[in-house]
Amino acid sequence: MELVEAIILSVLAASTPLLIAATGELVTERSGVLNLGVEGMMIMGAACGFAGAWLTGSIIIGAICGIIAGTLMSLVFALMALGLAVNQVATGLALTILGIGLSGLIGAGFVGERITPAPHLYIPLLTDIPLIGRVLFGEDAFVYLSIALIVGVWRFLYRTRAGLILRACGDNHVSAHALGYPVLRIRTLAVMFGGACAGLAGAYLPLAYTPFFIPGMTAGRGWIALALVVFSSWRPGRLVVGAYLFGAVTILQLHAQGWGIGIPSQFMSALPYLATVIVLVLLSRARTGGSTAPAALGTVFVPDR
Amino acid sequence: MSDAMPNSLHTREPPLLQTIGLTKRYGDFLANASIDIDIFPKEIHALLGENGAGKSTLVKAIYGLIQPSAGEIRWQGERIVLSGPSEARSRGIGMVFQHFSLFENLTVAENVALGLDGKESFKDMSARLEQVSKTYGLPLDPRREVWQLSVGERQRIEIVRALMQNPNFLILDEPTAVLTPQEADQLFIVLERLKAEGRAILYISHKLEEVKRLCDTATILRGGKKVATCNPRQETAASLARMMVGGEIKEVKAAASRQTTVPRLVVNDLTLAPDEPHGVRLEHISLELKGGEILGIAGVAGNGQDELFAALSGERLAKDPGTVVIEGIAAGHLSITLRRKLGAAFVPEERLGHGTAPRMRLSENALLTGHAASGMVRHGFIDTAATLKTVDKATKTFDVRKAKRDPEAASLSGGNLQKFIVGREILRNPAVLVVSQPTWGVDAGAAAIIRQALLDLAASGAAVLVTSQDLDELAEIADRIAVMFHGRMSVPLAAGEATREKLGLLMGGSSLDQKEVAHAARA
Repeated sequence: MELVEAIILSVLAASTPLLIAATGELVTERSGVLNLGVEGMMIMGAACGFAGAWLTGSIIIGAICGIIAGTLMSLVFALMALGLAVNQVATGLALTILGIGLSGLIGAGFVGERITPAPHLYIPLLTDIPLIGRVLFGEDAFVYLSIALIVGVWRFLYRTRAGLILRACGDNHVSAHALGYPVLRIRTLAVMFGGACAGLAGAYLPLAYTPFFIPGMTAGRGWIALALVVFSSWRPGRLVVGAYLFGAVTILQLHAQGWGIGIPSQFMSALPYLATVIVLVLLSRARTGGSTAPAALGTVFVPDR
Repeated sequence: MSDAMPNSLHTREPPLLQTIGLTKRYGDFLANASIDIDIFPKEIHALLGENGAGKSTLVKAIYGLIQPSAGEIRWQGERIVLSGPSEARSRGIGMVFQHFSLFENLTVAENVALGLDGKESFKDMSARLEQVSKTYGLPLDPRREVWQLSVGERQRIEIVRALMQNPNFLILDEPTAVLTPQEADQLFIVLERLKAEGRAILYISHKLEEVKRLCDTATILRGGKKVATCNPRQETAASLARMMVGGEIKEVKAAASRQTTVPRLVVNDLTLAPDEPHGVRLEHISLELKGGEILGIAGVAGNGQDELFAALSGERLAKDPGTVVIEGIAAGHLSITLRRKLGAAFVPEERLGHGTAPRMRLSENALLTGHAASGMVRHGFIDTAATLKTVDKATKTFDVRKAKRDPEAASLSGGNLQKFIVGREILRNPAVLVVSQPTWGVDAGAAAIIRQALLDLAASGAAVLVTSQDLDELAEIADRIAVMFHGRMSVPLAAGEATREKLGLLMGGSSLDQKEVAHAARA
């Protein structure tokens, strides 16, 4: 029982940064912009988040610093890819390289320092319920926030007019423009939201997951978040499935390696990727017709005047 | 200029919308030069002109999509400056775009909601949508996603969306270009009704007969300037065309053809699944084309014409080689280069990006289709002189107008580029020419040259297959006309028997059992 609870807790912890970053990227891509710089924005969020928390002693200020760093990075992307209509793939890749370099510089002075990680919720009695108590009522604030975030995004996209307009921009920017919607402004806001989420997801790592900063600590999570968006066919519900599935298989294969199953460890390490791809591909096969990707994804838009 | 108002009714009522000296400049280029136009209530006003005459620019300015460089727009006598389409809509100006401004992956109701100001709830809007579509006889299912709908249904969404704003003035940009004759007739009933309700309509079209039938007034633009305002009912189609072009258009005439006895292109029961999600499945297509003959394929866009072109050109290969036979050789499995070597030539619909590589020079584009069989490559090296000679020859034979000897393809106007592409293929003396929408978006002068070239090619003994949505064009050049609908092809009708009504019915899908028809065609 103890073990099951421990596994579920570590699955939630491993999945949360993926879910937050992927939620942001989902909104960005739904507006028609492909920002491949998630990894760069995340690592900047990690460095600046840790710096903020270490200097002030406040996890909340640290998280805010992470959000600001991610947003600023995304504004660099927006300036290039939307303002100057530069190729989005190239800009996104450059943003990742910039983020990795810059975060190393900013974080250099903080390597080896430790902070007190974000506290976990404790409600007497509720949290003490065996098995599910700590899972449901004993997480850190980031976990609850990530769930609120994806539910909020889902409601925004499918239940509000603003969400409809955002999806319209991603489907056909020429039509959206012809109807009088400010495509570039909407996309800039979507890119900024994606940056804020990536920054927060990055900050989660040193503020809650491991209470210290090392360069490159995002370790490819930004790329996984990107892949999750694609495999979820840009749907928030499937994104949750994908993120938790990836986290779950990551943790399970670690335990499985501990039990000494005679399968090469490299194969076990590849399992989370395989499992996520297979499940999400099966999910998207269920959909009949219609294109899954936002039709205008990654294409440059220059309005005529 | 004959600016006298043709309809005495108009002298009593003030104009609903006026442009006075409206000018739009892009750099050195004058898209609209000081255009005056008066549009009255209860009027269907045609806006005529060739491509590039400035029609789109003018309506974009009236709809607030672009800001005029000079001049003014008056709405109900009052000068207005439109900040954007939403302001135009709120004043009562609606627009139905030529290239629909629809969102494929959203539902009909969502598409309509995006065109409104969003002040009413989605539920109220959906209810009103059903009511408006019922009132005007434009049936729509609000819950379906747009990609599932036909072109006619898509246009209904656009019109219903515009009508839901209850506009006093509606702009329609080539609304019948993609409709069957019967669908167009239904649209005219709606437009007449709107007119009777006291609204004004600005109607852009290339189809002069239609304008004569429907419109009260016509304003004709040429080269960005207004050349005339007239009553189209008192003009002939030829006199309207003269004003649009600014000169006579050459009549195309067919020479006596040399029909061969052996078919040069045969398609045997071709069935092909689509290779993309929204594609059309080709079903049991059969046809036979002798030398000296032009077969026209009519049909509303998106009924399998693109897929048929791909199957004929070798962009998509058939499993059974015998389904496509070129010059007596089974070619269904052969690549596009090998088919060219058999004597076939292909002109796709899309000029830039399919027919030519836009950023490459004309000589390089000549090489791209001519490398297989036209002696432009020697020992693996490009014979630059030969490619340039092809460009010069095409330029001279087909009157291609360009700034330099060998410019980039993208720098040519649509008509000139199309003349070059058709010329490039014809100069190879093909045995079989498959051409898709040969005069789409091409001005009348260039269209006449291209049609004449196709007739001459057939007269010299080649087999020509023309896909077109322009029934007048097919009537002019084709010996037989078949119709494609939902990936199937009707029995070809002799040009003399192929009336607009018959073709229209086939284009709408009403016909005999198609399978029988296809087999009969082969027999």
